[in-house]
Amino acid sequence: MNIIYLLLGFSIILALLFLLAFFWASKTGQNDDLYTPSIRMLFDDEPAPEEESDEDHPQS
Amino acid sequence: MEDKNFRMKEKISLSVETSCYHCGDDLPATPYLSADKQFCCLGCKGVYQILSSHNLNSYYAYNDVPGQSQKKAPQHFDYLDEPGIAADLVDYTDEKTTVITLFIPAIHCSSCIWLLEHLHKINPAVAESRIDFLKKQVSITFKNQQITLRKVVEMLTAIGYEPMISLQDVVKKQLTDHSERDLIMKIAVAGFCFANVMMLSFPDYFGFSSFEENYRSFFNWINLALSLPVLLYSSRDYFISAWTNLKNGILNLDFPLALGIAVMFIRSAAEIITHTGSGFIDTLCSLVFFLLIGKWMQRRTYHYLSFERDYRSYFPVAVTRIANGKDQPIPLNELKPGDRILIRSNEIIPADAILLKGEAKLDFSFVTGESLAVDKVLGEIIYAGGRQIAGAIELEVVKPVSQSYLTKLWNNEAFAAQRNPIKTFSDTASKYFSIVLLIVAFAAGLFWISTDLNKAIASFTAVLIIACPCALALSSPFTLAAVLSIFDKNKFYLKNTAVIEELARIDTIVFDKTGTITNPAAKGFEFTGKLQSAEKQLVSDLAKNSGHPLSREVVKWLNLDTVYPVDQYREQVGRGISGIVNGCKVKLGSATFLGLNTQDKGSVVHLIIDGNYHGYFVSEQRWRPGFKQLALKLGQQKDLHLLSGDQDHDYKRLAPFFPGSQQLHFKQSPQHKLDYIVKLQQTGAQVMMLGDGLNDAGALKQSELGIAVTDDINNFSPGCDGILDGAAFDKLPQFMQQAKDAVKVIHMSFVISILYNAAGLFFAVQGLLSPLMAAILMPLSTVTIILFTSLTARFYAHKNKLL
Repeated sequence: MNIIYLLLGFSIILALLFLLAFFWASKTGQNDDLYTPSIRMLFDDEPAPEEESDEDHPQS
Repeated sequence: MEDKNFRMKEKISLSVETSCYHCGDDLPATPYLSADKQFCCLGCKGVYQILSSHNLNSYYAYNDVPGQSQKKAPQHFDYLDEPGIAADLVDYTDEKTTVITLFIPAIHCSSCIWLLEHLHKINPAVAESRIDFLKKQVSITFKNQQITLRKVVEMLTAIGYEPMISLQDVVKKQLTDHSERDLIMKIAVAGFCFANVMMLSFPDYFGFSSFEENYRSFFNWINLALSLPVLLYSSRDYFISAWTNLKNGILNLDFPLALGIAVMFIRSAAEIITHTGSGFIDTLCSLVFFLLIGKWMQRRTYHYLSFERDYRSYFPVAVTRIANGKDQPIPLNELKPGDRILIRSNEIIPADAILLKGEAKLDFSFVTGESLAVDKVLGEIIYAGGRQIAGAIELEVVKPVSQSYLTKLWNNEAFAAQRNPIKTFSDTASKYFSIVLLIVAFAAGLFWISTDLNKAIASFTAVLIIACPCALALSSPFTLAAVLSIFDKNKFYLKNTAVIEELARIDTIVFDKTGTITNPAAKGFEFTGKLQSAEKQLVSDLAKNSGHPLSREVVKWLNLDTVYPVDQYREQVGRGISGIVNGCKVKLGSATFLGLNTQDKGSVVHLIIDGNYHGYFVSEQRWRPGFKQLALKLGQQKDLHLLSGDQDHDYKRLAPFFPGSQQLHFKQSPQHKLDYIVKLQQTGAQVMMLGDGLNDAGALKQSELGIAVTDDINNFSPGCDGILDGAAFDKLPQFMQQAKDAVKVIHMSFVISILYNAAGLFFAVQGLLSPLMAAILMPLSTVTIILFTSLTARFYAHKNKLL
């Protein structure tokens, strides 16, 4: 049953790693704006460059 | 009525084609066209053309009519070229790149995010642009060799996103405010420790079998270690607050909390070190975790609203000074008496000054509440805060910006003195609670001390632990946070949760008139007299030549295409216009301009065609919808007063709503308003002031509760405790009832948490409290309170028709 000492140590260290990851995220401002990224990811990718040159002069 | 119905039908059937492609406004009779799209104004068309020529048409794909109306007059940004002014605004700059954060009120949908993050497509010199949607801010990184700050701002303005640049920092710098982040970190630490401690405490609660006994002390030591960060880091604020309050002789709720936490830790540590028990570490961690969550709920703020604004955010950043025959923009704080300044159309007069050149027509509505524009002649003093609506003028400054008629208000002591913090119910209750708690704890200890010393210590500490007012501390934040979000859904935004309790106490309400109980945008414009459609055409064609607001109002009201050219057009600015249209001599203007023997009341435009008097157009202010019912309803319970900076031409219409003529006051200066509030307060009244303009700023500050009423929450509003959207104005009685109900809910949840405490105390005084009992009782009472407060707050909101 001595394995419990080891397992307990691992589980707490693992949880600590997550806590530190959260600290890092918070320190670097990743939790400051939780809304905009959720919209940003829905935008389509930029059109391919060759398409762009075609549509450069839509009106003449 | 029939005419209105007809127009409504017409509107519905043509709804697709009658709104502007860019902003969705109704189209004029001759819409502006570009690539088969219709626009309401040149501005909207311009934005569309810029976007389509840069291949940014997806802007219109993500949302229907994402744009904002571009009818507003453009601003001048030449002051941004001055290095001194620009340096104050940018976040960072070096030889190559500059970073600036701008507040853009127009940001409102996903199209805005998409467009503003693709600025590099319009100008490649913009390296990066990031939006913070909730704060309505955009952070732009640009190459300063290729584009200037002014060009960046002008580019934003050209695509319809004009940034709000003002003296007072409207951009909330993230670096300066870490308190929110700190609190989140504390909650994270407490949560981490709580979860692990709970896991390690379970074996103890269920009982170790004999062969597992050797784990007990190991688990306990880990628990003790895990409790240290909670005690020293997460709960630090409670100790600091309890200590500082104690030094000032105040017993607030933080005192029993800090005491409970400390006692819990000491007793647990003693039990673990002496191997006599496992202590209350689990309860300690859960207590701190829940308390911090309650605190976080209470802190909820509106990122995009500012409640601390003063005149500096209304005034421009810079002003154009004329020196040695040259125009030069200078920062406002460098403006000295004796300087000669140039004020263009639509700019604000920044300091008291004498008119030297040009025709001054000033809109003081935001400052004085006076709804009519004021004409000034050469040599007259013009007070700061007015907005010039005629052409450019030149002025000589006579007083520094901070000493002007208007800005002097901020030198008043009402602004210097720290206002007493709002007295909350939990502060009052916690004083008695702490005293009773200490008495019970000592009584229990003394009762046992003669028979059993161990039991005496056990019961004394157990009382302090179990009575630790966790549920009590959470009942206010959770109730008020629930009410705050209900108000928020109804467009009533409060500075913090304590304001709700203040709102429940109000017995006297003071209204401002212009902009508060009247709606500045929804002016009624009507024609009294006879006017046939052929004559309408003549009037419309003539009025189109003039840029005067009233002429434009006439054109808008008539809504006709141009048919005839105008000959012999003459305009006397601010008085009237005349000309020959289709062979008829048409005159439009004031009574004096037309030589009539009547006195004008309000904004009146008379019409004469070929010498025959046809009638007059009148522009009249309208009450906000629901004002009458609101005034009658509130008048039954509260004392209503009116303070207006305006002339008293509305006296007769308003008198029925206010009891007695002593409660209606006109021609009030900002200082008068402030003094009036003080006078009311001296009679013991709890005053709520509703105002909108800078002239109300003093009264808003002085009153117990200052509410700014505005039709666009992004616009400037003076410093206040709450911002009420004009659309929700008629809900004011409901808001006040809901605030009262919220206080009732707090009282009820206090009773519930006291019952929980009493149950725990029953065991504690006998020295029978087990850690398991505490570990169950604490979260159970917390969850009960959270559920009870949020559910009852919503129940009352339904009853008050706010949900």
